[in-house]
Amino acid sequence: MSSIVKTRKESLSNSNLLFIIASVIFVLMYAFALIRYPGSFQQFQTFFDLFSLNAPLIILTLGISIVMIGGGIDISVGAVTGLVTMSCAMLLQSNGGSIVGAMLLALGIGIAFGLLQGFLVSYLEIQPFIITLAGMFLANGLMTTIHKDPINVTNESFVALRDFDVVIPFLGNHNRLGNFIPLEIKLGTIVAMVLIVLLVIVMKWTRFGRNLYAVGGNSQSALMLGINVKKTKFCSYLLCGALSGIAGFVYIMTTGAGNVGNASGFEMKAIASSIIGGTMLTGGVGNLFGSPIGTLTLLTINELIRAAGVNSNFQAIVSGLLLYLFIVLQSVVVWLRGNGKFTIMLPSWMTFWKQSSQA
Amino acid sequence: MIMGKLKEKLSHLILPLSVLAILIVVNLIKGADYFSVTMINGALYGNIPNMLFGASELVILSIGMTLVTASSRGQDISVGVAAAITSAVFVQILMNSGEITWLTILVAFLASCVVGILIGAFNGSLVAVFKVQPMVATLILFTAGRSISFMIDGKLSPVLANELTSQIGGVMPGLPIQTPIILTAIFIVIVAVFLKVTNLRLYAETVGINAKAARLNGINPTKILFMTYMLLGICCAVAGFIAVTKSGRHDSVNILKYIEMDAILAVAIGGNSLGGGKFSITGSIIGAYTIEMLSRTLLRLEVNPETIKAFKAIFIIILMVVSSPVVRGYLATAKKRIGVGTVGDLAKKEA
Repeated sequence: MSSIVKTRKESLSNSNLLFIIASVIFVLMYAFALIRYPGSFQQFQTFFDLFSLNAPLIILTLGISIVMIGGGIDISVGAVTGLVTMSCAMLLQSNGGSIVGAMLLALGIGIAFGLLQGFLVSYLEIQPFIITLAGMFLANGLMTTIHKDPINVTNESFVALRDFDVVIPFLGNHNRLGNFIPLEIKLGTIVAMVLIVLLVIVMKWTRFGRNLYAVGGNSQSALMLGINVKKTKFCSYLLCGALSGIAGFVYIMTTGAGNVGNASGFEMKAIASSIIGGTMLTGGVGNLFGSPIGTLTLLTINELIRAAGVNSNFQAIVSGLLLYLFIVLQSVVVWLRGNGKFTIMLPSWMTFWKQSSQA
Repeated sequence: MIMGKLKEKLSHLILPLSVLAILIVVNLIKGADYFSVTMINGALYGNIPNMLFGASELVILSIGMTLVTASSRGQDISVGVAAAITSAVFVQILMNSGEITWLTILVAFLASCVVGILIGAFNGSLVAVFKVQPMVATLILFTAGRSISFMIDGKLSPVLANELTSQIGGVMPGLPIQTPIILTAIFIVIVAVFLKVTNLRLYAETVGINAKAARLNGINPTKILFMTYMLLGICCAVAGFIAVTKSGRHDSVNILKYIEMDAILAVAIGGNSLGGGKFSITGSIIGAYTIEMLSRTLLRLEVNPETIKAFKAIFIIILMVVSSPVVRGYLATAKKRIGVGTVGDLAKKEA
């Protein structure tokens, strides 16, 4: 009897299934890129450049995924990021500007927006879409009020930070002349990676993370279970705001300039990557490992189109098609599973994220 | 009986109407000549006509958005993009038709309506058949749409330089009011008649409140959802038509940019729940005019153009806080405690 229980296989949860689909498609696409355009995609540098140049987007996607798992939405993230870059640039260009000050300012702005939106959405029960839309307008308006023209930051210590690369000597490629060029990673990549690990831990193994899944899945039953629904929602918005602040600082650390067009349209990109990564807007379903994978999928597609050298308009169209594919796939999978006609079992050695229960 | 119904209707409209009243008062304080209208080249111009003129696309889109919100409990964020695509089709058909006459304009407009319906069917299929959240479903077109419209254009912003389309976007000879205002009015009347003679309002509300219950009562939710999205597609086509004739050229990057946000806002300001169910088109129309008036009022108050967005945001936040259920409940209990009672209670006592 006990042996039967031991060999019982755990069925996958929706979160993990969607995450696996996303990762498989990402791997397949990257493999296709490797075969089709071996020259550029075979280099480690190309892969890590995807991270380096898009670390802010990855961080934003993490934040939006958290809010979406809690059943909300935050469309102000892009504008807040833009506001942070502009204010940090202004601060660094002023006399008393320092990097620590800029970091604190970035976090402060992000947390301030998180506090405001979180309070209005969770405690006053206003529709998150409208409030975060207002937040987007507010951040946008403040940014253009602060400064209209691009600012190039010339603060010495900041420039040193901007140009600082982490060199990994054992990974790298030979260039055309045969010289070995080690891999260089921007600091933003490391920030993004640390945040991914940290937030996955928070969402998997802390009380807040588990509460958030419960609240997003069904806030009524979460309330019945004694979870403080309002506080949990509030915390998710606060976290998302703080992450937008960090993303803003990483953004200016990568580009080194404050510009009105910074991070514009990032909110929709982040939502799209989040959906591709397997987070559902209805809440309660999602895996934070999926969010960076979703971002990378979207970016790889764009890189592929750039490598193919076709009309740049196809980038948006193919991204749309990809989104279409994922959305339909998700809905079909969830529908089939809801009907009980379709189950996926993985062998127990593969379920490393979920220990099979041993009774 | 009729009075009761009217009162119920008015209670929904209290919020948008009071906001509108406040804006008018602010404008009058700024300058008493706010309502003054001047006749230039046989047409009326002034603050109010300009406001009506500027808000025409927004009003039309917010009507469609209200229907979609009511039935599908979500918002379509691709309306601006859809209007860009339909107007691109309209412009291309006109440009390729050789001579531009009223007939070719009508044909091109009908073709753009068909494209709008197709776009609506695409979004509707995702929402109704695949049960995707409306915002996610329309995110697809939002991502891809501007590029599609650019590819239909073929080149950067084709110009519509001729007498007839500029009459549609401007002033018709012999009519003292700008044409977009008339077109909007006609559209509103058509929608009002349509909702009066058909069951669509009831069915859309039923589907929005509880799709399963609607199904059990013999209403096909899939069909209703499809229909509302197709109607929104037509709204997009009309809005795109007006926008492109107004500007005289089709700039696929900037035409009706960010109008989807304003349209959703108009629905919310109009006192409609963004979570579906009962809806009031009148509220949305007033909401749309309120948004346009707000922007124009801020400009009139000589607020910096860069700061306008921030003011708008603060305004929206205050509005939403005032109308939020928690604050309303709190105010109601506070009133009871003082012994005043709510407005409704007072009315009952008087009766």
